[in-house]
Amino acid sequence: MTIKPTIRVQHEDFGLQAEVDLLSKGKPDVGAVVTFSGLCRDDGGALMALELEHYPGMAEAEMTRIGDLAIARFGLLGLTAIHRYGKISVGENIVLVIAAAPHRQAAFDGANFVMDFLKTAAPFWKREHGKDGAAGDWVAAKDADDAARDKWQ
Amino acid sequence: MTRLVYFAWVRERIGKGEEEIELPSSVVTVADLLNHLKTLGEEYEAALQYPEVIRVALDMEHVEHDEPISGAKEIGIFPPMTGG
Repeated sequence: MTIKPTIRVQHEDFGLQAEVDLLSKGKPDVGAVVTFSGLCRDDGGALMALELEHYPGMAEAEMTRIGDLAIARFGLLGLTAIHRYGKISVGENIVLVIAAAPHRQAAFDGANFVMDFLKTAAPFWKREHGKDGAAGDWVAAKDADDAARDKWQ
Repeated sequence: MTRLVYFAWVRERIGKGEEEIELPSSVVTVADLLNHLKTLGEEYEAALQYPEVIRVALDMEHVEHDEPISGAKEIGIFPPMTGG
């Protein structure tokens, strides 16, 4: 049976435990589940929220492509990737990746691989909104993210 | 007609999220398209000033700038991604 990733792009928040249950329930061969959740972080104390823009259709297509690659490469038994869009306040969830595998290394690697490719290939863009209420700058892409992706080649 | 869609600061600088345009036959590759768009006005010039940072998708698939456009229905033009 071919394992298909569960991919969602949504404004609404997600529940970590509910998504883990959906992924691993009824799968006795799952021995390891790794979850990664990315939150809206405020480094300097001036950020109120991030605004996430996405390319509807392509965002889902890219996440599915990345998910399929991860399942094949690491022999995952299940994969969930959820990315939110719209305005997300400091402390709120932005992204969730869950990888299920027979053993821990494949689950860790699978989740890590998906995040590294998601950050550099899935069409999402972040813009800062400050506490002063003004819409600020678009977040610049980081070379370090490209380097993290390239280590998998 | 080809549908162009713009995102993030490319969208903001051009001043619209999408448009349908007729491309001249001299536009063969993605690089040709970006050069052609720059001739359409100041706002396009401002958005595409540094074409090397611009990312392009043909029918929702990433491509390099030397790729031929060859009949793509929708072309997405945007800055490097910053999701996750």
